[in-house]
Amino acid sequence: MSEIPEAYIYDAIRTPRGRGKASGSLHEVKPISLVTGLIDAIRERNPELDTNTIDDVVLGVVSPVGDQGGDIAKTAAIAAGLPDTVAGVQLNRFCASGLEAVNTATQKVRSGMEELVLAGGVEGMSRVPMGSDGGAWAMDPDTAYETGFVPQGIGADLIATLEGYSREDVDTFAVESQTRAAKAWADGRFANSIIPVKDRNGLTVLDRDEHIRAGATVEALGGLKPSFEMMGRDGGFDAVALQKYHWVEKIDHVHHAGNSSGIVDGAALTLIGTEAAGTANGLIPRARIVATALSGADPTIMLTGPAPAARKALAKAGLSVEDIDLFEINEAFAAVALRFMKDMGISHEITNVNGGAIAMGHPLGATGAMILGTLIDELERRDLRRGLATLCVGGGMGIATIVERV
Amino acid sequence: MTEQKAVRWEKDADGIAVVTLDDPASSANTMNDAYREAMREVVDDLEKNKDDIVGVVVTSAKKTFFAGGNLEQLSAAGPDDAGRIVELVTEVKAQLRKLETFGRPVASALVGTALGGGLEIALATHHRVGVDAKGVVYGLPEVSLGLLPGGGGVTRVTRMLGIANGFMNVLAQGQRHKPAKALELGLVDELAATREEAFDKARAWVLANPEHTTQPWDRPKYRIPGGTPSSPSLAAILPAFPANLRKTLKGAPMPAPRNILAAAVEGAQVDFDTASKIEGRYFAELVTGQVSKNMTKAFFFDLNAINGGKSRPDGPAKWQPTKVAVLGAGMMGAGIAYVCSLAGWEVVLKDVSREAADKGKAYSEGLVAKGVQRGKTTQEKGDALLGRITPTDDYADLEGCDVVIEAVFESVELKQEVFREAAKHIKPDALLCSNTSTLPITELAKGVDRPDDFIGLHFFSPVDKMPLVEIIKGERTNDEALAKAFDLTLGIRKTPIVVNDSRGFFTSRVIGTFINEGVAMIAEGIDPQTIEQASSQAGYPAPVLQLMDELTLTLPRKIREETRKGVEAAGGTWTPHPSDPVIDRLVDEFDRKGKSSGAGFYEYENGKRTRLWPGLREQFGATNHDVDLHELSERMLFIESIETVRCVDEGVLTTVADANIGSIFGIGFPAWTGGVLQYIEGYPGGPAGFVARADELKATYGERFEVPQSLRDRAAKGESATAAA
Repeated sequence: MSEIPEAYIYDAIRTPRGRGKASGSLHEVKPISLVTGLIDAIRERNPELDTNTIDDVVLGVVSPVGDQGGDIAKTAAIAAGLPDTVAGVQLNRFCASGLEAVNTATQKVRSGMEELVLAGGVEGMSRVPMGSDGGAWAMDPDTAYETGFVPQGIGADLIATLEGYSREDVDTFAVESQTRAAKAWADGRFANSIIPVKDRNGLTVLDRDEHIRAGATVEALGGLKPSFEMMGRDGGFDAVALQKYHWVEKIDHVHHAGNSSGIVDGAALTLIGTEAAGTANGLIPRARIVATALSGADPTIMLTGPAPAARKALAKAGLSVEDIDLFEINEAFAAVALRFMKDMGISHEITNVNGGAIAMGHPLGATGAMILGTLIDELERRDLRRGLATLCVGGGMGIATIVERV
Repeated sequence: MTEQKAVRWEKDADGIAVVTLDDPASSANTMNDAYREAMREVVDDLEKNKDDIVGVVVTSAKKTFFAGGNLEQLSAAGPDDAGRIVELVTEVKAQLRKLETFGRPVASALVGTALGGGLEIALATHHRVGVDAKGVVYGLPEVSLGLLPGGGGVTRVTRMLGIANGFMNVLAQGQRHKPAKALELGLVDELAATREEAFDKARAWVLANPEHTTQPWDRPKYRIPGGTPSSPSLAAILPAFPANLRKTLKGAPMPAPRNILAAAVEGAQVDFDTASKIEGRYFAELVTGQVSKNMTKAFFFDLNAINGGKSRPDGPAKWQPTKVAVLGAGMMGAGIAYVCSLAGWEVVLKDVSREAADKGKAYSEGLVAKGVQRGKTTQEKGDALLGRITPTDDYADLEGCDVVIEAVFESVELKQEVFREAAKHIKPDALLCSNTSTLPITELAKGVDRPDDFIGLHFFSPVDKMPLVEIIKGERTNDEALAKAFDLTLGIRKTPIVVNDSRGFFTSRVIGTFINEGVAMIAEGIDPQTIEQASSQAGYPAPVLQLMDELTLTLPRKIREETRKGVEAAGGTWTPHPSDPVIDRLVDEFDRKGKSSGAGFYEYENGKRTRLWPGLREQFGATNHDVDLHELSERMLFIESIETVRCVDEGVLTTVADANIGSIFGIGFPAWTGGVLQYIEGYPGGPAGFVARADELKATYGERFEVPQSLRDRAAKGESATAAA
């Protein structure tokens, strides 16, 4: 029996994130252009790469309709001039889609079925708003009624209620995310991975994350209105959640635009392959993918999946929490990150050290691949060994990926 | 002469085919086999004779247009009958579909009330003419029996009115609309003053609209008002529909509204015929399920039995009072005065002072003002109502009263005294009623001069809203008095149940077991909010601790003490309830006596409930929420049903209908169960399943879940739960 091949990350890049509205810098850019720009960059950064050896392009997109519908992965491969033999597939694991793409690529490689895969994701949220693709859950009264569907913001507020996170607690976390992101940018910590978005003339459209609010304070955030209070009351969702969490008298609505992930446009791409594929293409491995895991928790509260997924990945790898040097948890909502750190017994000192999606935004289909790249960059900068990236996912799912520098 | 069919047609002089619904076997048309077979022939005939007719008018030879589904048949359908039900309803729908698509204009003359299946027939016609007459209503009330309009009602209403409008105004609550409202909604297209005029208008429309042979939804480019789930405007709010439904139902197991919503939304995304199939499958699930049987039993069969006088003695002639004396103008007396005046009777409202009596009348003044403001009544009618109420502090004003209803403080001596005073002035054969909720009627009767004419008339608060009156027969109460009390109750448009005298009668006694069970859970350390959710999700209209606060903690304690004394005096052994110490501590140690005292299980600010008192968790350690919520719900339902069986065994209750309807209308037993006795019949496994589950509860929670031997015996023999008729 032959040995299971290892999967190595040879490159991990991303676009800067544009504010996800009509006034955002990337609103004028098609999602496919965000992807082709990154494919071009992979070729430029890895001049010896023979693109004929790429088996597949796996891209996460959460709202795969309109100009990011119809298998954007293969379309991008064609548009970027990759050989006709390079396939493309779009997948959707809600907010984890970008990391799911990486994990799927890992499975392709480790199974021995494929050698070299481009994996990442894209979401043009300003062009294709969240929810544009309908849905088998929220849009189906029969299913939603029986399974207690509530929008995830209600779940985030319920986490805060259950854990006793006050408005100040979540706002303090949000301010720290902003501070860290601003500092990381000032220190040039993302320089290696950010690929500016350019127009067809080669002019730069955006070269920095534009969602960050560097001067954010707890006082300023205190003035923002809770985002999910009215929806919870008038939409009936609080009642649905409380019927399940029957000991809770009322939900404390603490989340708002300033302590939740930002709506942005962006894309990310990684290059994953076997050792042999790397050698043949003159690639230098940056990290080995140690383990991946999916898990889940109650779909109504929806956002408590990261800890079970992280524990499952650790168990698979035969590692313990202490073996992980840095963590990246997607800051979907402040309470999600706070709860994950509490569940895992880890400190904020080693978690999201360069800020997260509250500051920089969460381009749904791309974020998973983005935070994995951020994690590897920081492991390298600090010369540390292992990191774990995780996200909460719709339907209560959680995903985790453990990487190790090589 | 051929035998008369349930549906017939003939061509009139203008070439209009007049289809007449006229079931020979009944005074009202229903969707029975006879209808289905006759309608099949008629519709086939119409299609064959299409070239000879200019159009169709559907009308009825009965007082009402059409009564609706055949509930006997639907109730009999078991879990294995889904296939048969789908077939049945598919044929009904195919006939109506053919009627609306065969190529001639079809109008309906809704000469009287059209509900359920009746309105569904009408919805399959191109033009509906209603009659704007008193008592006529149009609607689809299937949901109130745990069903959905499965004859195309969901599909057509959704297409016609849109998902949100149709669901909220027609389908989800089953509103019975007055003709003007039905016109406004579009359920009917025009109104006529009489049934004859409705028929003429329907004919005229057919003659004037020879090309109008399709429904709007069958025309190209028709859009459902408000859009479908693929329309962004609807998609944005659609997820709130099921959530708000859950909020409204509080998690109670009532599948009909959910199935209606699902059929409406799913149907809106496909063509008419496919939508119709989807509707049929959701319908069959409800028909074959237990909840529709429970609700049909209670709200159709039991209610009809009660209103039909099952518990009224046959002998005495129908009676109605002319002048009512109400003694005591407190909250109950004030409400009783209002409903009696509303019925058109003169009312003398007597209290110890004129001021107190005026205050009692002011309650009616408030209700009238509100009614006028909301357009429910006119100033003229309201003034007349108030004019019939005479407040007084003088017994002499009771002259000529043919009924006395006493609603003074709960004291045997006081009550007997007011009857003695009243007797000096009222008619010598006046009916004597006490609105006591706790005192034995037989005992009270001993202090009045005519104990045979004395009866309990237990109203529920608020009287103007609560639909039930519990009539209590004392040992001496005669048939004449019972019949009068029964007729009086129907006269004020309330539902009478008849019980025999016993401590707490039926309703107070049974609701007490529910409340005690909820409070006992605090003693077990269960989180109070979990207890509230358990009662809400069981389907009770008010959460149990909230209800206890409303009723005050001191009243049940007083009743408990009296009961204890009674039991001990009779040589029995008093068994304390695990809820006792919780109530005692709240009252004695923490001075929390309920809402009226501003502190109870809840905290209050200016009389408004704010939150559960944190002391329940801190002082009583009630923090455990790692519990089986369903089991908590079942404990509440079981304890009430078991107590009811005892009431039957002791002769307090004599009919199943009184038990079921009394429990739902009087003390908030969940409607989906069909009532306290139907809950046992409908429990998985029937009475035997109920007994087996009760035994499990007994093993865990104690002797109070011991089922009476009578129930155990009957369940073992596969009989119904009790011997009640």
